[in-house]
Amino acid sequence: MDTFIAPTNLELAIETKNLEVIYGDNQAVFDSSLEFPRHKITAIIGASGSGKSTYLRSLNRMHDKSVTVNGQIIYRSVDINQPKINEYEVRKQIGMVFQRPNPFAKSIRNNITFALKKNGITDSRVLEERIETSLKEAALWDEVKDDLDKSALELSGGQQQRLCIARSLSLRPDILLMDEPASALDPISTEKVEATMRKLRKDYTIIIVTHNMQQASRVSDYTAFFHQGRVIEFNRTQDVFQTPHVKMTEDYISGNFG
Amino acid sequence: MNAKRSDHLATGLIYTFVAIVVLILFGLIGYILVSGVPHLSWHFLTTPSKAFAAGGGIRDQLFNSLYLLILTLIISFPIALGAGIYLAEYAPDNWVTSVMRTAIEVLSSLPSVVVGLFGYLLFVIQFQMGFSILAGAIALTFFNLPLLTRNIETSLSAVPNLQREAGIALGLSSWKTTTGIILPAAVPGILTGVILSAGRVFGEAAALIYTAGQSAPVLNYGNWNAFDPNSFLNPLRPAETLAVHIWKVNAEGIVPDIDAVSNGTAAVLIIVILIFNISARMLGNRLYNKLTSSK
Repeated sequence: MDTFIAPTNLELAIETKNLEVIYGDNQAVFDSSLEFPRHKITAIIGASGSGKSTYLRSLNRMHDKSVTVNGQIIYRSVDINQPKINEYEVRKQIGMVFQRPNPFAKSIRNNITFALKKNGITDSRVLEERIETSLKEAALWDEVKDDLDKSALELSGGQQQRLCIARSLSLRPDILLMDEPASALDPISTEKVEATMRKLRKDYTIIIVTHNMQQASRVSDYTAFFHQGRVIEFNRTQDVFQTPHVKMTEDYISGNFG
Repeated sequence: MNAKRSDHLATGLIYTFVAIVVLILFGLIGYILVSGVPHLSWHFLTTPSKAFAAGGGIRDQLFNSLYLLILTLIISFPIALGAGIYLAEYAPDNWVTSVMRTAIEVLSSLPSVVVGLFGYLLFVIQFQMGFSILAGAIALTFFNLPLLTRNIETSLSAVPNLQREAGIALGLSSWKTTTGIILPAAVPGILTGVILSAGRVFGEAAALIYTAGQSAPVLNYGNWNAFDPNSFLNPLRPAETLAVHIWKVNAEGIVPDIDAVSNGTAAVLIIVILIFNISARMLGNRLYNKLTSSK
């Protein structure tokens, strides 16, 4: 299959080498090598079933033991795809936001402090400071600062998703993985989430899976196109969308399939 | 038949069935209350039962029922909680798990008389516990475990998987995710299961006749030494419960006021279960609100 992977020549946050993901007899991701530049937003696009979400979930070791992940995931010059690596620590460095908002059935405050407390942070000054910074980073602070003890389930869908972003950020991760974070949201909430992402790029590396090509072209610096479990093209977003090197990318972007 | 008519017909049928269920339930409860409540008095609740004369009460039976229920829950709830958590959160999807599930289902359909006779042979005779509250509580645990385990498992499984993923993605272990996120969210369901099983335990007679016994020795409620034979706390004394009392009075009672005693006891049984259900539900809602900080 014809592919085109552009070198980034930038400082990398994380990269994969020959990554493959296998569910039982079914291989979902083949031989994928990708670089994710630091403090940039990289979008992963592709049709349903192209393996993009599966690939994303292997980056912070979210696959359970029934799934085989081969190849290397290099993070801070360590291959984190090894059995001896503590996957809990990996997930604290590489946070994740899911397709549907999944706040805990707890107060807004406890949604953010729960993981912190379980990780041994109990100083209430630190906790309060984390709540405020995380919520501000996720652009939710002004809307909820007076109701921190309200149940998170009473927030709107868009607010819940930004709370989930804040919850991930509270652990001060390095990288934020987002698995179609706006697909369950209305256009206004989607715009807020995208604005939040643009702001976060300053301090975080973001990798976002999306089936929405407009979204990819709006928010991302780099874009990877997946098809049938393989990386077909990776380049700067404007190059992928304006001058794709591979015919299949061009077909997908112009809506000929997918 | 057009869509509108068939819809009307189906709705009508559903309402009819609901009406039948409601009528039967209210009829039964109403009958028990109407025929039992007139016999209730403070005296009835606070006097020991009598073997030959009229005017006996149910003081000890009422206490025994409550004490047995508490002991049964103390034994069965932790086991069921552990088993339920295992089945819902940890059990791999293989033949061992499915054998376990089948065993639980079989155990839950075991007739209570069989559970009682088993408890009689094993605990009362073999382990020489004699007819005792403890033997009764263990027998009721067998009877209670399958339903409670199944209920806890379903309550936990009903919490969306997204919640587990959220916990895992924050670098938390499965255990911390289960205890800190999944379990609090499942509290109302678990509590409903505990209430239902408590009602069953409270009203159970057959399994207790052979294990907790049918006699109510006179108890001393001032004696807090649980090892004394006449202490109300002694778990190794025989203990007739309300349900067993109803059965015994009707089957072999020779008191002149059989009807009054058995109807009154039945009414107390129902009322206690009602009180228990309502208060546990209120408590459950408050607990849930506290754990999840919803209004």
